[in-house]
Amino acid sequence: MLALLILVLVVWEAYKAIWTAQGWEWPIRPDNRTMPHTWDVAVALAEPAQRNGPPLVWVELQAALLTLREAFVGFLIGGAIGFGLGVLFVRSSTAERAFMPYVVASQTVPIIAIAPMVVVWGGRVNLPQWLSVSMIAAYLTFFPVAINTLRGLRSPEPTSIELMRSYASTPSETLWKLQVPAALPFIFTALKVSAAASVIGAIVGELPAGLRGGLGRDLLQFSQQFTAAPQKLFAAVIIAGLAGIAFVGLVTFVEHRVVAPARRQTT
Amino acid sequence: MTSAVEARGVGKVFGSGTDSVEALSDIDLSFSPGDFVSLIGPSGCGKSTLLRLIADLAQPSRGELIVNGKSPRQARLDRDYGMVFQAATLLDWRTVRKNVELPLEIMDFDAAARTARAEEMLALVQLERFADHFPWQLSGGMQQRVAIARALAFSPAILLMDEPFGALDEMTRELMQQEVLRIWEETAITVVFVTHSIPEAVFLSTRVLVMSPRPGTISEELVVDLPRRRDEDTREDPRYFKLVTEVREALRRREREHR
Repeated sequence: MLALLILVLVVWEAYKAIWTAQGWEWPIRPDNRTMPHTWDVAVALAEPAQRNGPPLVWVELQAALLTLREAFVGFLIGGAIGFGLGVLFVRSSTAERAFMPYVVASQTVPIIAIAPMVVVWGGRVNLPQWLSVSMIAAYLTFFPVAINTLRGLRSPEPTSIELMRSYASTPSETLWKLQVPAALPFIFTALKVSAAASVIGAIVGELPAGLRGGLGRDLLQFSQQFTAAPQKLFAAVIIAGLAGIAFVGLVTFVEHRVVAPARRQTT
Repeated sequence: MTSAVEARGVGKVFGSGTDSVEALSDIDLSFSPGDFVSLIGPSGCGKSTLLRLIADLAQPSRGELIVNGKSPRQARLDRDYGMVFQAATLLDWRTVRKNVELPLEIMDFDAAARTARAEEMLALVQLERFADHFPWQLSGGMQQRVAIARALAFSPAILLMDEPFGALDEMTRELMQQEVLRIWEETAITVVFVTHSIPEAVFLSTRVLVMSPRPGTISEELVVDLPRRRDEDTREDPRYFKLVTEVREALRRREREHR
């Protein structure tokens, strides 16, 4: 991973140097406004964000922690809802036929349209602002979990289901002893997708919520200042990326403790 | 003495209207407790369907089935039979020991009883050393032995086996047959065994039911009068060869009539 990072930095600087020397402008202009020097981004991270304040990296890491907390709570809520829907759908094909179209439709509505509504509704019922943001993160999380849970719960062979039937097993015993363990690799694949999506949900959700101190506000502010100080946006993007990696890493860590090595899907 | 399995005029039709297929027709049979009965016939003769009716995994369209003196459904609810499928169907996230304990968990055996039963069953199929292995670390024959241990763990009265050795190579198959005979002798269990191998049916059984297709019926029944104790010498016994020939001829007779 580190080797790849160094490679990207080297290619970035080499591209800048060659394209500047040749006077090429395509596909990306190599000037400092479009592609700031890697060391300028590093310097931006180390410099104070505000006069006499802590360095930008410190401010953004704290922002990332706040955003990750919103994302994590949203991830838990969305994961639970997704798992619940998966179980409901595998138990009742009527419920699946009734609700599945709406579940799918929910994901075609862009999050920038949903987010303000959730914030307004959350405000009406006096939900803390960060929790409204979590609900937006949950909105992006539940779908992959629901779909993959359903698929995983249906993954056992028909003979395995018949084996349970031959033991006169109750539906809930069959669920917990056969279907859920069989679904775990599927569910964890979804949880990794969801972990990354929940960070995006939280970042986007912070904007209509007007929540200060998270990554969303800073990313918006730096993108408006992009022409003046592009290195700041790059710096904030790097921190946001690290936050996502950390979260997905956490999910993978849990997966390795829950799912037997032979059954893990390599991602 | 009540019979282990009894069928009177049992029929099974799949589908309805013009698309319907008569899988079984007019099945009458009666197995005594302790019998080792093989159902043999070409594919499509309904032998697996008959086994599934006994197991209450499918319902007959006609007639009456009695398993261990009750309806198949009640027999299933009372856990009167253990089932072994062609594939071992072990749960691959459970160790061998935990796979054998699965039915015991569902049947609410306490932890101590589960451990003791699992030990006993793994000793019976001679896999004690592999108790903590996972299924994928075992050969096909070993996996099927775990499936047998699992089916016997809760001491059912009847063991139903649906082509259990169909996926195994000939050598392993013969070893497994020995194993099943030994278990049958030790446990005095009633076995209903579906196979399409003539030597296998004769070697294992006390009775062989020859089935014919379209619709599936029991065309002939042979009593295997070999000594109950069988070993590798049995496979060279002239009476064994004679019986193998009789079963083969019974199957051929049926085939000719259908042509």
